[in-house]
Amino acid sequence: MTLIQIILLVVFLAGALSSVIRFKRGDIRPSELILWILFWLSAGAVVAWPDATFYFAKIFGIGRGADLIVYLALVLLFFLVFRLIISVEKQRREITILTRLMALKNVDDKKE
Amino acid sequence: MIVVVVPAYNEEKKIGRVVRGLFEHGYEKVVVVDDGSSDETGKLAAEAGALVVCHALNRGQGAALRTGNQFALRIGAEIIVHFDADGQFNPSDIAGAVRLMREKSLDAVLGSRFLDERSRIPWLKKYLILPFARIVNRLITGIWLTDAHNGFRVLSRAAAEKLVIHQDGMAHNSEIVSKIGKNKMKFQEIPVEVVYHEYGQGIRGGLKVLTDIFISKLFK
Repeated sequence: MTLIQIILLVVFLAGALSSVIRFKRGDIRPSELILWILFWLSAGAVVAWPDATFYFAKIFGIGRGADLIVYLALVLLFFLVFRLIISVEKQRREITILTRLMALKNVDDKKE
Repeated sequence: MIVVVVPAYNEEKKIGRVVRGLFEHGYEKVVVVDDGSSDETGKLAAEAGALVVCHALNRGQGAALRTGNQFALRIGAEIIVHFDADGQFNPSDIAGAVRLMREKSLDAVLGSRFLDERSRIPWLKKYLILPFARIVNRLITGIWLTDAHNGFRVLSRAAAEKLVIHQDGMAHNSEIVSKIGKNKMKFQEIPVEVVYHEYGQGIRGGLKVLTDIFISKLFK
């Protein structure tokens, strides 16, 4: 096993532990914990047995396993950015609603 | 009752004059929405006699207009006028717009800089930016207007109740025009004078409007 593989496996293990801690704190739901654990396990498996990705790459018609990982990572990143944009926009709208409610309530309070 | 809604953000230098100008023209209900200004805008507007609604945070012109509409409807507005706080508009244009609305039973009257020669529009804006913005506006809203992004508008009570603004920023303009079209409201444009103190939104502002519209589409 190379040094980079060991470093990455330690990082992924830390990621998995952090997911469990966040679950115990109540920050994430059980379904989210399962998703994260699956993510860290598959990332660990790819690092531990890099040749295994070649098999999946062939199924998708991609030459190298490493390319498949990059493509999947890109798709995942796009998806996460999309979700992030939606969530930020939703929060902005909620802040506006709150600001408006406060502004109108202040006017009512002054009248009384 | 006519209520003039003035969204204002850091306009302490001009807000007093704008509010007094509206009173001088006989408009008794002037609502200034201070959109989280860091200067004395709200205080000076109140001193000038306006009813002031203060946003604790700056949320954008669209958000301020929605707050203003809501407040105006609450105090019994029959007609709501949207009027900029930077002194660009001429209060004497309101009377004609209101008259037109009443005579023709319109739902909305929209101001246009291009229907007479009073506005001295910067060259680049007149011949390049605004014509392009008109085309984009047509694609977004489905309505051809002689002007794009003119903040002067008059709404009937029924129209203001229907036109709920979701765009917090400057894209509210396209949103309002789009909703006028979708709700099949009766509207007409009217010439208004715009005095340029600053250049206005520019290309970057236009791009921000398009981005906001795109993001809002993702919500549907």
